[in-house]
Amino acid sequence: MCKKTPIITLFFLLCVSFSSISAPVETFQFDSPETEKIFHKLSEELRCLVCQNQNVAESNADLAKDLRLEIYTMLSDGKTEEEIVDFMVQRYGDYVLYRPPLKPMTWLLWFGPIIMFTIGLIFVVRFMRSQDDATQTDSLSKDDIERIKNLHAEQDK
Amino acid sequence: MEKNQPTLLKRFMPLIIFGAMVVLLAIGLTLNPRLVPSPLIDKPAPVFELPLLFKEGSFSNDDLLGHVTLVNVWASWCFACRQEHEVIKNLARSGVRIIGLNYKDESADAKNWLARLGNPYQVVAVDYDGRIAIDWGVYGAPETFLIDKEGIIRHKVIGPLSDQGNYEALMAAMQTLK
Repeated sequence: MCKKTPIITLFFLLCVSFSSISAPVETFQFDSPETEKIFHKLSEELRCLVCQNQNVAESNADLAKDLRLEIYTMLSDGKTEEEIVDFMVQRYGDYVLYRPPLKPMTWLLWFGPIIMFTIGLIFVVRFMRSQDDATQTDSLSKDDIERIKNLHAEQDK
Repeated sequence: MEKNQPTLLKRFMPLIIFGAMVVLLAIGLTLNPRLVPSPLIDKPAPVFELPLLFKEGSFSNDDLLGHVTLVNVWASWCFACRQEHEVIKNLARSGVRIIGLNYKDESADAKNWLARLGNPYQVVAVDYDGRIAIDWGVYGAPETFLIDKEGIIRHKVIGPLSDQGNYEALMAAMQTLK
């Protein structure tokens, strides 16, 4: 048992060390903190097409690396955030955007959750109302109520 | 009796909704998330000029004019490229003009690969750092673009042409250009 402990410790150390280096490391020099901010914002909002559940900032894929370099180069050339997003959309489509633009094709995507929530709300309200109606109208007859009253009265004695 | 009709429907409502969800999700599961439609379809091929693998000189988008061309993005490190290579060779044999776009590859590796497996490409253009591939919206090899005589991109195949669906879609697109 005791002999195993170092191995387990080593294993956990390995896990920790891997997780700390999993984010890609590149050294880009920025002229200003603002440009750097835009760089990070863009690379976090653009989807890596190779590993589709990662953004360009997180992905180690070769293409993500290329796209980071491309964003950096464009920023260095004085391109604006908008121009860079347009550049990416022209080549890869709306798909590169983690926040797709609002247009007829994406209406369902944007408003679907609100619509579903409203429908759910209507159902819940109607259900609660019908429950209310049920208790008020036909669940207890006058005789029953009389009997309950009597039982209560007996208990109170 | 009249009241019974809606309650029956109501009772089965959850089942109907569940059924609808199952159908919707089942369709979603059969779709391939890797197929990202290219916004470049029906647009002119991007402006580029690249060096060649075997010769001096270069290949540019102007060289696409005048012929129906397939631009096949491949690399020696790409496993699926090997899978589709026989299909590419057959297409070349049947007279289709195919341009190779060697993507992020070492020239020596690329030459070895073609020497071993056969070279179906009329010309191989070299995109060593993958910069031109970004303009083409490439996100992995193999990808194949169908370009018409006016240099307009008409169809894009993502993945190997050895896949039956990919191949048939390309053939259908090529038919419309004839």
